[in-house]
Amino acid sequence: MIETTLDIQAIRKDFPILQREVNGKPLVYLDNAATSQTPQQVIDAIVDYYHRYNANIHRGVHTLSQEATDAYEAARQKIQKHFNIAHSHEVIMTSGTTDSINLVANGFSSFLKKNDEILVSAMEHHSNIVPWQMLCERTGAVLKVIPMNLEGELIMEEYHKLLSEKTKLVFFNHVSNALGTINPVKEIVDAAHTVGAAVLVDGAQAAAHIKTDLQALDVDFYTVSAHKMCGPTGVGILYGKEEWLKKLPPYQGGGEMIAEVTFEKTTYAGLPHKFEAGTPNICGGIAFGAALDYMNSIGFEVIAQYEDELVQYATEQLLTIEGLKIYGTAANKTSVISFNIDGIHPYDIGTIVDKLGIAVRTGHHCAQPIMDFYKIPGTVRASFSFYNTMEEVDKLVEGVNRAKNMLL
Amino acid sequence: MTIKEIQEEIIDEFSMFDDWMQRYEYMIELGKSLPLIAEQYKTDDNLIKGCQSKVWVHAELDADKLVFTADSDAIITKGIIAILIRAFSNQRPQDIIDADTQFIDEIGLKEHLSPTRANGLVSMIKQLKLYAVAYQTQLK
Repeated sequence: MIETTLDIQAIRKDFPILQREVNGKPLVYLDNAATSQTPQQVIDAIVDYYHRYNANIHRGVHTLSQEATDAYEAARQKIQKHFNIAHSHEVIMTSGTTDSINLVANGFSSFLKKNDEILVSAMEHHSNIVPWQMLCERTGAVLKVIPMNLEGELIMEEYHKLLSEKTKLVFFNHVSNALGTINPVKEIVDAAHTVGAAVLVDGAQAAAHIKTDLQALDVDFYTVSAHKMCGPTGVGILYGKEEWLKKLPPYQGGGEMIAEVTFEKTTYAGLPHKFEAGTPNICGGIAFGAALDYMNSIGFEVIAQYEDELVQYATEQLLTIEGLKIYGTAANKTSVISFNIDGIHPYDIGTIVDKLGIAVRTGHHCAQPIMDFYKIPGTVRASFSFYNTMEEVDKLVEGVNRAKNMLL
Repeated sequence: MTIKEIQEEIIDEFSMFDDWMQRYEYMIELGKSLPLIAEQYKTDDNLIKGCQSKVWVHAELDADKLVFTADSDAIITKGIIAILIRAFSNQRPQDIIDADTQFIDEIGLKEHLSPTRANGLVSMIKQLKLYAVAYQTQLK
């Protein structure tokens, strides 16, 4: 049944945390959509930075500062190459996806006027809803929702109907964090461009599973968080097409983002520094580069293929449990299984399986509109990574069965 | 019985179990004996914030004693609130205010006491005590 060529046991040895026990049981970590674990190679990059060349960047003439600047800019170039971005100055380092989205939403305040329309998909994370609602409050623009069907797929006919001359922005997630649906990015982007709308794609959940060619997809903005793809928390990127980044006003004022400052007037630095006020997460940026190196050394194609095997196997096995229902059954989905069992609250299942050493997420996954759509309080979500094993899937199924027997 | 005596009784009952599974099963049993809140009190005002599952608690005075009723949509949470209510219901508000909650630790539910834990045991205790403070003022 297992067809992967990956040596999963060898890969697991790269992740020190996978060796630990929880509640006296070996950890089964299935909350990868919330945050992924960190391999030794990335931990080493972090330690190396503080051991050898911790310094502020872009300012000092001294050696350490130069080394830190070089390493940080090298990371930016790794990110550029990984996502096939045309220019490295189109990579804005941020604190993560939420920060990136807020940067764009804030910038669009100056372009939007009353009754302009913004389209958002029905399967968004709160971080991709709230900033746009705030933008609408500031500008009088109107937020419209692209509906989804019961399988958790966007209804594309409805999307095409919603598009008009009034549409200025379209945003949606590449992969839904609650359902695992992979959205048809290219089709959405191409249609939006025919009416002159800009498109922002939240790539937080996609980046760990799919190697994305941003020029081929032709998106205007794309966001990534390092901690979802073996990197540290508190760092990520905003990709923006040069023409858009030039148009957007700076987000935060401070050091690094200026060309000249007098009390009368400040001129801003060029890209990407215009959007990078203050001392950035230097170590985090460098470690993000190391995480990309690590994942690329394994290879995204084999990762995706193996994760598909995992999800397929987990889906089959979970469905053998009577009364279990999976939410998000899109034809095109990745590494997330959201489910409930008839008559049992997801929180109860999560509590019991935690006692068995199994980490899953329970609740609304910061996507309350999806839960309202299915009329449920939340789900149990198991999300997989390439370091998970088929045996861990068996443990999950056994754990859920045990919980069910206790709770029903 | 005083709150202290009831707490001792609960500790005794839980001491019979050797592992977490038996403790949780017993807690689930206790949840089933919870004095249920009347439907009309299952309002947003009576919801305890800070819980991943929904927990409603209602309090009313019976002479000089405070009587709690509650419900939750999750069974384990129902067990937790049932244990708390068993210890604190039918007691004088001042005694509820003064009571400590050390017994939670002793029955092996210490992990639920962390304020960051999603089940909100801490919020539940706080809410019961808040009711006691409010009714204590009223009694005076």
